[in-house]
Amino acid sequence: MRLEPKPAPSLGVTLLFPVMAIAATLVVAALLVLAAGASPFSVFPLIVKGAAGSQFAILETLTRATPLIFTGLAVAVAFRARLWNIGAEAQLYIGGVVTVVLGTGALPLPAIVLIPLIMFASMAAGALLLAGPAVLKTRFGVDEVVTTLLLNFIVILFVSMLLEGVLKDPMGLGWPQSQRVVADAQLPRIIQGKRLHLGFAIAVVAALVTWVVMKKTVLGYEMRAVGHNIGAARFAGIPVNRVLMKTALLSGGLAALAGFSEVAGLKGNLTLDLSPGYGYTGIVVAMLAMLNPLGVIAAAIFVAAIFVGSDAMSRSAGVPSYIAQVMVATALLTMVTALLLTRYRIRWK
Amino acid sequence: MTNALPEPDAGPQADAGATPVLRLGSITKRFGPLVANDAISFELRKGEVIALLGENGAGKTTLMNILFGHYVADEGSVEVMGKPLAAGDPRAALDAGIGMVHQHFTLAESMTVLENIALGTQSAWKPRFDRSAARQRIARLSADFGLALDPDAPITSLSVGERQRVEILKALYRDARILILDEPTAVLTPSETDALFGTLKLLVGQGLSIIFISHKLHEVMAVSDRVLVLRAGRLVAERKTAGSSRSELAALMVGQEVASPTVAEPKPGPVVFELKGVSTQGQGNAARLDGVSLALRAGEITGLAGVSGNGQATLAALMAGTLSPASGEMAIRAQAISDWSPRAALVHGIGRIPEDRHAFGTIGDMSVTENVISERYRTPRFSRYGFLDWKAARAFAEAIVRDYDVKCPSPEARIRLLSGGNMQKLILGRALDPDPAIILANQPTRGLDVGAVSFVHRRLLEARDRGAAILLISEDLEEILALSDQIIVMSKGRLSTPSKRGQRSIRELGELMAGQGDSADAA
Amino acid sequence: MEQAFDILFQTSFWVAAIRIASPLIFATMGELICERAGVLNLGIEGIMTVGAFAGWFTVYSGGDLWTGVLVAALAGACFGLLHATLTVPLGLSQHVVGIGITLFATSLTYFTYRLALPEVTTPPKIVPFQPLPIPGLSSIPVLGQALFSQTALTYLAFASVAIVAWVLYRTPVGLALRAVGENPAAVEAQGISVTGMRIGAVVVGSALMAVGGAFLTMSAFNSFFFEMINGRGWICIALVVFGSWRPGKALIGAILFAAFDAYQVRLQQLSGGVVPYQLFLMMPYALSILALILVARRATYPKALMIPYQKGER
Repeated sequence: MRLEPKPAPSLGVTLLFPVMAIAATLVVAALLVLAAGASPFSVFPLIVKGAAGSQFAILETLTRATPLIFTGLAVAVAFRARLWNIGAEAQLYIGGVVTVVLGTGALPLPAIVLIPLIMFASMAAGALLLAGPAVLKTRFGVDEVVTTLLLNFIVILFVSMLLEGVLKDPMGLGWPQSQRVVADAQLPRIIQGKRLHLGFAIAVVAALVTWVVMKKTVLGYEMRAVGHNIGAARFAGIPVNRVLMKTALLSGGLAALAGFSEVAGLKGNLTLDLSPGYGYTGIVVAMLAMLNPLGVIAAAIFVAAIFVGSDAMSRSAGVPSYIAQVMVATALLTMVTALLLTRYRIRWK
Repeated sequence: MTNALPEPDAGPQADAGATPVLRLGSITKRFGPLVANDAISFELRKGEVIALLGENGAGKTTLMNILFGHYVADEGSVEVMGKPLAAGDPRAALDAGIGMVHQHFTLAESMTVLENIALGTQSAWKPRFDRSAARQRIARLSADFGLALDPDAPITSLSVGERQRVEILKALYRDARILILDEPTAVLTPSETDALFGTLKLLVGQGLSIIFISHKLHEVMAVSDRVLVLRAGRLVAERKTAGSSRSELAALMVGQEVASPTVAEPKPGPVVFELKGVSTQGQGNAARLDGVSLALRAGEITGLAGVSGNGQATLAALMAGTLSPASGEMAIRAQAISDWSPRAALVHGIGRIPEDRHAFGTIGDMSVTENVISERYRTPRFSRYGFLDWKAARAFAEAIVRDYDVKCPSPEARIRLLSGGNMQKLILGRALDPDPAIILANQPTRGLDVGAVSFVHRRLLEARDRGAAILLISEDLEEILALSDQIIVMSKGRLSTPSKRGQRSIRELGELMAGQGDSADAA
Repeated sequence: MEQAFDILFQTSFWVAAIRIASPLIFATMGELICERAGVLNLGIEGIMTVGAFAGWFTVYSGGDLWTGVLVAALAGACFGLLHATLTVPLGLSQHVVGIGITLFATSLTYFTYRLALPEVTTPPKIVPFQPLPIPGLSSIPVLGQALFSQTALTYLAFASVAIVAWVLYRTPVGLALRAVGENPAAVEAQGISVTGMRIGAVVVGSALMAVGGAFLTMSAFNSFFFEMINGRGWICIALVVFGSWRPGKALIGAILFAAFDAYQVRLQQLSGGVVPYQLFLMMPYALSILALILVARRATYPKALMIPYQKGER
């Protein structure tokens, strides 16, 4: 069996295979639904209704999409340069920690100054966290997949330690949670009385900025060159290690914004369950978006819709809500296969 | 080329009526729109040595890959000893007695000679690997065919010539009756080539039949009984070697008159690039440099001859900027260099054509435009305030494509889709466009067809006439002889003294390549 | 301080160390086989989860322990086949597919668990493997208990190291496997299918990984709960590097690591809450990172690791 590169495919073909990927995902989901004793024809509409069937549902989907846009961007940026950042979860939590450290009253500043300051500090923390494994990669040749993964566990333990220690909320009735951030550090709601907050807008802006960087700037070009062929990039005079470090800083910063956004915009404080795996789901979002920053917005909303819809469906139809994660993981595998098939033809001889 | 060789056999030893050892019937193979093999038929008789002659891209390797089972032909059949051969199955080919010495050796470097030879020869379901049986058999074959080797030596410790011996032993170990050698002398010194031809004689004496793939006319004349000429995928001629002339075969191979480039008298200017007593670490498998001194003058082509693995890759890396000297001095335009990198090399005006266009010369999945600015994207012409000017980049790509005759679908096409020759012309254009004062051309015509080779040679000569100092590194001694104003030989990390065009004979060059004769300049 | 040192002489410490090492040994051997053939299998964490659930659930549903182990191995093999199909003939990124398999396998496991036991809050227990003391040898002080008074599954773990080493270095198929990870072209030229060998390696390796996961539910914790693998899969990847892709060295690495893990638990108890327990829990992960850094410079990894193979020249 051989793979033969196809010349530039038409738009129709480029879309055909991802559509087939989504179809394959739905087939797998249907099988699981049947195994749970329910009918796909009643379950799937429930998922759709739960995700977009009312103003509440739509807003909930967009709210859930916000952290996924950030982590999706973080992973997309890193993967473009073939920097395997699997540590977005840790970077998210660090962003949350910094938000709580600076935002619970330590700095008596007005919101217009405080919020950007906290944003910037969170990004710096996330950037530094990924810089460690990046340095290990460039200086010592240590594979960043394992180091970023192991850091996830270390950082979550660290957060647990802080929440039971210095960051513990004295009014919290003994639960490991932090104090609430002050009003000046909170991201305002976009619509009064609903959960959708400014973080969503910031995420969309971040996606636009990232897209401009990737397409139009020197750094974006260097990142892509390094990701495609690091040897040729080095030969051409591209400062490969510096590019990887810049990529790490950008990626870590974006992931940390997810944590900032969840704390300052949605939850108001830091707890151990701040993220139900947004860092890992961000990988799926990035791959579904084909590493395109604008695509990340759509992919994040799509993935969020699956989760929100499945939660709602699970409450009424009784199919375990884990089906959402299965669907998302299946979508990743089928999408990656579909991407290959748009660019290469399989020759059986 | 080689002076002391036994004469070619008068003809095949079996009588003409016997079943041919190998028969190919109308083999056709297409890769998309490209027809790599077009209805090729021929026979091989027992004890015969036939040469498959053709330039790069003519379809020789594809044909042999079909024979060996790496590819499946779209049409046609293969018969070994009268029995049809299953397609696409290397195991079937091996069992039928076909052995192949690939152009790029298929050896696991960290494993030993014995392990490489015995790999795949004992049933996978056996609970124990019979090392001593393998050892005995290898020893016997080594002695019978004069291919001395230490079975426990790791491949990394072997020279290129010795590795080729392992490849031949692999085939003999599996009782090959037909041996295919794909460009076997590309990596050998002249004396190693003689030794190989002697081995082939021995093999023929033992009843083996040989297919010898080459684009080198003199070797084909020296060793084969019959010549099959391939051109653009078709078998255009079949001749008895004894009755043919070199020029006849050359014309058949190329199909047209290709004039050798006329080389004007060199007018060497000042020294622009100099190495004084430089030593370095080795680069990958290549040897390290050992107290090397070199002076490149403006308007002069310096040819570096030598068998690969003697330090050429290291010298190239040094000039390209990916390696810094460990000791000694490097100077450009009489200024000593302290801070070295690929970027620095470009800034100092070195144009580089790397040896491997896929691994280092281009970024396969990026577009032609993105590739063409890869060395100059930071200049004000292509970027300002950190933003790239894609319009300027595209215009530049179109200019290069036009001026260097690069056939590509569009400047936005992925460069992976270009043929080797067009990719190389693009790389040439990228390197020569800024009119560099120093040019590193490392195997610039490897794998190119005659038209592209001639194009590259012409452009290099033009650059030299404009005053560039060129270092031409090539395994093809003919190319070196045709283009170089002065020739240096590299052996074991050291350089010989330079000689002007015509000063040294081929035999003398061969001896230097093999490590004899005058050695490197004193450090 | 002296008490900290005394821990090293306690029998219970070494018994715990060997027990903690057992799942790591299985999974590390599994990953080693995959990587020796040239395939990085990042699905290890998910496959261990699958194995943990499959084995436990078989016993919970009435099967005997060894059937559970077999089912776990088969389940692991299936996910390994999925991984191999995507990465070997299709040549998809081994990083992305591996993470995808981990996410897929883990979520599928959790879904199935919730489906099978919908109302459960405390995970139900099964009767696990019982310790099987080897007569005579188990009476040796300290080490006798630690090495020869373990469950049959632990003995199997050690046996697997010997078997993997034997196959790798003394059989024709092991020779081919090592060659496939070094230069697939060499293997193809000798008439062996690179695709077949790599798929086979990943399937077998994944089966071993799943047995490692099953150990946790069938010999250590006796029940299945979420997040129980807890990063052990990633640690095994570090152990393969630390062991230079050699079974014997990897075994030593696993035991050293497990000893350290057992040690930090006891150190925690000694410190009596003065030092936050999270710091102790962090140490195994930090140690793995440290081990990777120390070994990275000299790492002699299989040359063809993570490089997909395309048949035919050029």
